[in-house]
Amino acid sequence: MSAIMTKGLKALGLAAIAATLALSAPAFAAGGAKHPHAPKEGFSFEGPFGTFDQGQLQRGYKVFREVCSNCHAATLLSFRNLGQKDGPFYDEKYKNPNDNPIVKQIASEFEVPDIDTETGDTITRPATPSDHFPKKFANSYAAAASNGGAIPPDLSVITKARHGGARYVYSLLTGYVAPPKGLEVKEGQHYNPFMAGSLATQWSGDPHKVPVGGVLAMAPPLKDDLVTYDDGTKATTHQMAADVAAFLEWAGDPHATLRKKTGVGVLIYLLLFAGVTYAAYRKLWHGKH
Amino acid sequence: MSEPATDHGGHGDPNRRDFIYIAAGAAAVGAVAMVIPPLVDQMNPAADTLALASTEFDLSKVQEGMQVVIKWRGKPLFVRYRTPKEIKEAQDVKLTDLKDPQLDSDRVKKGKEQFLILVGSCTHLGCVPTFGAGDYGGWFCPCHGSHYDTSGRIRKGPAPKNLAVPDFQFLSDTKVKIG
Amino acid sequence: MSDHPSTYEPKTGVEKWLDQRLPIVRLAYDSFVDYPTPRNLNYWWTFGGILSVCLMIQIVTGIILAMHYTPHIDLAFNSVERIMRDVNYGWLIRYVHANGASMFFFAVFIHMFRGLYYGSYKAPREVLWILGCLIFFLMIATAFMGYVLPWGQMSFHGAVVITNLIGSIPVIGGPILTWLQGGFAVDQATLNRFFSLHYLLPFVIAGVVILHIWALHVVGQNNPAGVDIKSKEDTVPFTPYATVKDGLGMIFFLILFSIFVFFLPNALGHADNYIPANPLVTPAHIVPEWYLLPFYAILRAIPDKFGGVIAMFGAIAVLFVLPWLDTSKVRSMRYRPVMRWFFVIFVVVCLGLGWCGAQLPDAPVVPGLPSFTLFDGEFNSYLWLTRALTLYYFAFFLLIMPWVGLKEDPLPVPASISEAILAEHAKKKGA
Repeated sequence: MSAIMTKGLKALGLAAIAATLALSAPAFAAGGAKHPHAPKEGFSFEGPFGTFDQGQLQRGYKVFREVCSNCHAATLLSFRNLGQKDGPFYDEKYKNPNDNPIVKQIASEFEVPDIDTETGDTITRPATPSDHFPKKFANSYAAAASNGGAIPPDLSVITKARHGGARYVYSLLTGYVAPPKGLEVKEGQHYNPFMAGSLATQWSGDPHKVPVGGVLAMAPPLKDDLVTYDDGTKATTHQMAADVAAFLEWAGDPHATLRKKTGVGVLIYLLLFAGVTYAAYRKLWHGKH
Repeated sequence: MSEPATDHGGHGDPNRRDFIYIAAGAAAVGAVAMVIPPLVDQMNPAADTLALASTEFDLSKVQEGMQVVIKWRGKPLFVRYRTPKEIKEAQDVKLTDLKDPQLDSDRVKKGKEQFLILVGSCTHLGCVPTFGAGDYGGWFCPCHGSHYDTSGRIRKGPAPKNLAVPDFQFLSDTKVKIG
Repeated sequence: MSDHPSTYEPKTGVEKWLDQRLPIVRLAYDSFVDYPTPRNLNYWWTFGGILSVCLMIQIVTGIILAMHYTPHIDLAFNSVERIMRDVNYGWLIRYVHANGASMFFFAVFIHMFRGLYYGSYKAPREVLWILGCLIFFLMIATAFMGYVLPWGQMSFHGAVVITNLIGSIPVIGGPILTWLQGGFAVDQATLNRFFSLHYLLPFVIAGVVILHIWALHVVGQNNPAGVDIKSKEDTVPFTPYATVKDGLGMIFFLILFSIFVFFLPNALGHADNYIPANPLVTPAHIVPEWYLLPFYAILRAIPDKFGGVIAMFGAIAVLFVLPWLDTSKVRSMRYRPVMRWFFVIFVVVCLGLGWCGAQLPDAPVVPGLPSFTLFDGEFNSYLWLTRALTLYYFAFFLLIMPWVGLKEDPLPVPASISEAILAEHAKKKGA
């Protein structure tokens, strides 16, 4: 009887641990939005062994540069990051990303603020690889004023700042649909089922059937062939959304590949360590308990 | 059932038994050893610090006989436009008179002898030497009285070495890249 | 144990010289080498060692992070991201520190439940237990202030909500709140002092840990049988027996830790904390880190603001007086057939409180089930589930503990640890 109970309690203890771990991953679907999903072909960087597809990162950068960056900044990102290991423009030949000609070229396309050391005036100059991507607006007020009151969020860590990460970015960009009948969408707003929000006050239908999702100020930003890819890939909306989502995933966590590789090594070591320690433990405790 | 504390489990082949203890111990030592490099390396210059390690400077900002001080790698950098007299003084010094013998021509770029670029940090203990002072027309360090000549070489005082010349190259007639 | 005579014998001249002046080697030898350890300790006992490693990891990574972090409202968020991007191995160190906090709490919860189940708080271990409760309380304070430092949305609004709890104290609450925040809102002054205190408290914890270990070595370790050590047969020397067992437990713990750090580094955090703090907009759903959810749930269960604060602190305070609430003569719940089931329910209730803490109070527990309004909320809501669980939480300590202890008929307790082991062996053979 007691043995069964002890076993049961042991199992309960382990179950409690498992439950704690499961609980600890916050399971709050943000405000009743639709659950974000990956593109059909999946993301190459997902999973413990996933890595970034460099071609996709380069295409993603192009979408970011030509579309997103018209309103959004990514100020935590430096130009040199583009040329570092696992980055979109990493080149074996240029271990130091500051020397990478593509990175230099990209940087020089941007103007960054500086101070003229002669006169003390504020000026702008072409960026160098060590500079950060410039701010889009001088401050949040200017950003709001130029965008109908909504501040376009900085995209540097957007995939870490939203539930679902890159899947969210992809789903949002491809998820615009016409608002359901009975949902009042104000001028300058756009309905998207993947956007977090609460639509109860704008809904005139059955109060128990408020549509999921929310409204945002960003109009659907992508349409087919909006950019021309250098590698000849057809620039469909889905392709561009997947590419830019991958780019932003990389931008938010540029060391992800190194992290996972390190993790595999660490786990292998720890498992071997556990093996020998278990053997030592068995020998040592033999006949002791 | 009771063993003395010295007998660590009298079971199995002693060689195999010792091996497994040594292996477990070695794995523990290895684990600790692998943790140390990241903990040490994090104090080395970060990627953004390294990215700022080189700078470009427009020489047309310096007038003849003057120097401009810019900040480079957190230290002052002296960019001096030397007069013909100062260049001649620097070139005429006998190497045997120098504490840290070095030719002036090794400290400037050929054809651009007028531009002397130095790390403005006294080789004694790192103070910033004063421009145009001292017995040799170059710099004088107020901290402990080191005198540098118009080539930035140590001539008198406790400093052991000449003022350092950073790596630099001319990108154009008036533009240098330092570092 | 105090009556355990020292067996350390200095061998070299240097050792003898030092031993006469500062017997530190003798202390270490008696505490961690020759120290007699109950033979029947199970793996739940390895969490003490694991916790000291957790504290060490947090202090080392924390000191490193402080070398690169800037406690300024305009720079803090970016300085953390700079650590992640530019500092050599910064991503590793920061993820270890952030997930290390979760791992620390995970281990401390197991450690506490173990103490609860095996009666490790009972005489003569009351002071040992109280010191442990003190460490737990300091850990909560430290973790809370650490979570503020990245200055994300959750950092900021979490700090607003928790500091405002102080403001609920009648009369003196307002001035204390202003004093604590160093202004009229959570701002630069608050961030800067939280950074200072977050750096200080771990060393205070380390100090209390030393007292905790000292107290442990005075009264000796408890064990699953809950009986005192009677003879040499009952123990093994700490090294190598306990060290190897603790080591094995620690490696498995590190494997779990590594899975989070390397493959799920942000799974235990909240996405909103990667949005820089904005005092003008509150996130839709404010929640603390998972390890504080049960206490957060208790806070919200009470309709009165000050009452909620009292209940939340009471949930921790009740642990301090636990040694005097348990009336049972038997330590280990192994031999307490009634109490162990109340314990099982208690564990489930704690997990349930954690679950409730993450839900919106008004949300239905079972969607679609008919409900009715009870007092101030729907019956089928997390509010009322939380209240029921909170009631059990306090009843467990204040009613069940004293009452069951008096009424329960415990199973026969073995006379000694070695007898308990023999009984186990016999049972295994019989089974």
